[in-house]
Amino acid sequence: MTVTETTGATDRREREDLLTVTGLVRHFPIRRGLMQRQVAAVQAVDGIDFTVKRGETLSLVGESGCGKSTTGRLITRLDEPTGGKIVFEGRDITHLGDGQMRPLRRDVQIIFQDPYSSLNPRHTVGKIVGAPYRLQHVTPEGGVKKAVQAALELVGLNPEHYNRYPHEFSGGQRQRIGIARTLALKPKLIVLDEPVSALDVSIQAQVVNLLEDLQEELDLTYVFIAHDLSVVRHVSDRVAVMYLGKIVEIADREGLYGRPMHPYTTALMSAVPVPDTKRRTQRDRIRLQGDVPSPINPPPACRFHTRCWKAQDICKTQEPPLLQLAPGHEVACHFPENAPDQKPSGTPADATA
Amino acid sequence: MTLTDQHRPAPSPRSGAFLEVRDLRVHFPTDDGLVKSVDGLSFGVDRGKTLGIVGESGSGKSVTSMSIMGLHKPGTANISGEILLDGKDLLSCSREEVRRMRGKRMAMIFQDPLSAMHPYYTVGNQIIEAYKIHNDVSTKQARAHAIEMLDRVGIPEPHRRVDAYPHQYSGGMRQRAMIAMALSCDPDLLIADEPTTALDVTVQAQILDLIRDLQKEFNSAVIIITHDLGVVAELADDILVMYAGRAVEYGTAEHIFNEPEHPYTWGLLGSMPRFDRDRSERLVPIKGTPPSLINVPPGCPFHPRCRFEKNTDGLSQRERPELIDNGQGHLVACHMPQSQRQQIWRDEIQPLL
Repeated sequence: MTVTETTGATDRREREDLLTVTGLVRHFPIRRGLMQRQVAAVQAVDGIDFTVKRGETLSLVGESGCGKSTTGRLITRLDEPTGGKIVFEGRDITHLGDGQMRPLRRDVQIIFQDPYSSLNPRHTVGKIVGAPYRLQHVTPEGGVKKAVQAALELVGLNPEHYNRYPHEFSGGQRQRIGIARTLALKPKLIVLDEPVSALDVSIQAQVVNLLEDLQEELDLTYVFIAHDLSVVRHVSDRVAVMYLGKIVEIADREGLYGRPMHPYTTALMSAVPVPDTKRRTQRDRIRLQGDVPSPINPPPACRFHTRCWKAQDICKTQEPPLLQLAPGHEVACHFPENAPDQKPSGTPADATA
Repeated sequence: MTLTDQHRPAPSPRSGAFLEVRDLRVHFPTDDGLVKSVDGLSFGVDRGKTLGIVGESGSGKSVTSMSIMGLHKPGTANISGEILLDGKDLLSCSREEVRRMRGKRMAMIFQDPLSAMHPYYTVGNQIIEAYKIHNDVSTKQARAHAIEMLDRVGIPEPHRRVDAYPHQYSGGMRQRAMIAMALSCDPDLLIADEPTTALDVTVQAQILDLIRDLQKEFNSAVIIITHDLGVVAELADDILVMYAGRAVEYGTAEHIFNEPEHPYTWGLLGSMPRFDRDRSERLVPIKGTPPSLINVPPGCPFHPRCRFEKNTDGLSQRERPELIDNGQGHLVACHMPQSQRQQIWRDEIQPLL
């Protein structure tokens, strides 16, 4: 179970895979007409592969509509995949039914973005945080109340607030309540769907620090879904960049932020506003044109070619595979940055602006 | 008005600025008590300049902008002080007068374009309406102008899009249409309230560039309200940091980012993971939560959360610090002597960022 011989976080590479996702697909059908015939599909997630190792934090980043939240819902099996395979601790959970999933929910938990809508306003904090015990028919040592109060203390809330209602708490405190609820059953994997983006800057930092402490203390594995690249860099061990339902680049933190290879990653990073007035004049920013195309009808082959400044004809006809171009650094691009061109054959590629 | 070449905000009240706010107080009587959303705020903006107002939720940023625009419902808010736009006091104007100034003299970009636009009218109609009120033109001319504005803000196929409804636009396009609407009458003062908070980074970068370009062209005075220090660093000439309805620090962007003197500003800078620096192991959050505006802590409202509160020998618990010029046009509201503040910044805060 636990990998005792590896010492601390440095040996994460040695650790076993906790979650393996292969070829995951989720298409939401669009139905029209009297017969509710399927006329099209929103290709929210369209064939992604990744693994999450025990004890690490893997982040999924990308713009809205890239499928990162859908991925989070799929791996927690709140949603049914259209295709592909999800293996958790060696067990295929892709198409388990509700009843079969229930025992597994102890091990896989999710934290939602909005701390206002993810807590039942009619339930007290005690009832909210104690719900996992009730649903799983678990009686913790010393009773539910004691366990709930311990969980509240763990996330930095006053255990005496057991009988209060969510509206009596601020946004940051509510997010802590949500975290306490996910921690109640001591899960192995937690999916965090934009856990700090609804919070104020000063509170964000508190929650980020709390999540890091808890990971260390309880040996948790995180799948961190966010759009804020600065926060992602701070928390992640590995980062996967998504665009229109595909992973375009996946690498460890240093590799991705130090030598981004996919043009989309480069563009995302250059767009991050930096709190430094000296930088204002000397930055050359890559301005992406337009918006993300619709996932109902995504561009063929490389989905980024409509907005990419390096795109050539091959990008419109042949989809670039996700290839490992550096140790632990996979990219799906014919003309990556910081690496030789990956064109399968044909003319030399002089990338033009 | 005249473009003053003085870069630094002079101690308030500074006379001659295009927009001058003097000792603005906005109080809302409620069943629970008096909410002092804005409590003695003074600042000025010149034409062609950008003021960034930074603070957490509930610090009074948006209430300030709504008072300038005269958007508070009569009878709900007690507003006192002076808001001088080009020398004319908006607070003593009748509602009808202020209404006529809206659009032409001053315009606003709201955070959520979906709720700020009328869902029943096409985007074009909403721009045409405003343009016709302020200019003696035919509907045809106004429509041509609307198309031109949509084109300017980068809406593809403006001829077709002008007849689309807000829900047919994507989030980024809606925000751009809002900007087109706000700028359609060349306003002298533009207030952007969290213009990019709901947007993805790549779209945010486009919108910030757009605001900057259009400001240069129209020579408007711009107030940008945000909680993101990165965004103000991109745009603002001067920055006002607000806490609990008051300014705690006010100076040029260079001062605020390179030699901030207020512990709250330090806290904000320490709370954000920095994209442009090496990754720090831990963020330095501000402890506690923002205060309730009904029960603002006595003395310095920041003292319960301030790490350096003990340096003032209890003075910060008794007396509210005034916003005082440190001699370089940089205003700080803190009881600690300036030399001590600068020393703490240099020795304790800056190395950790």
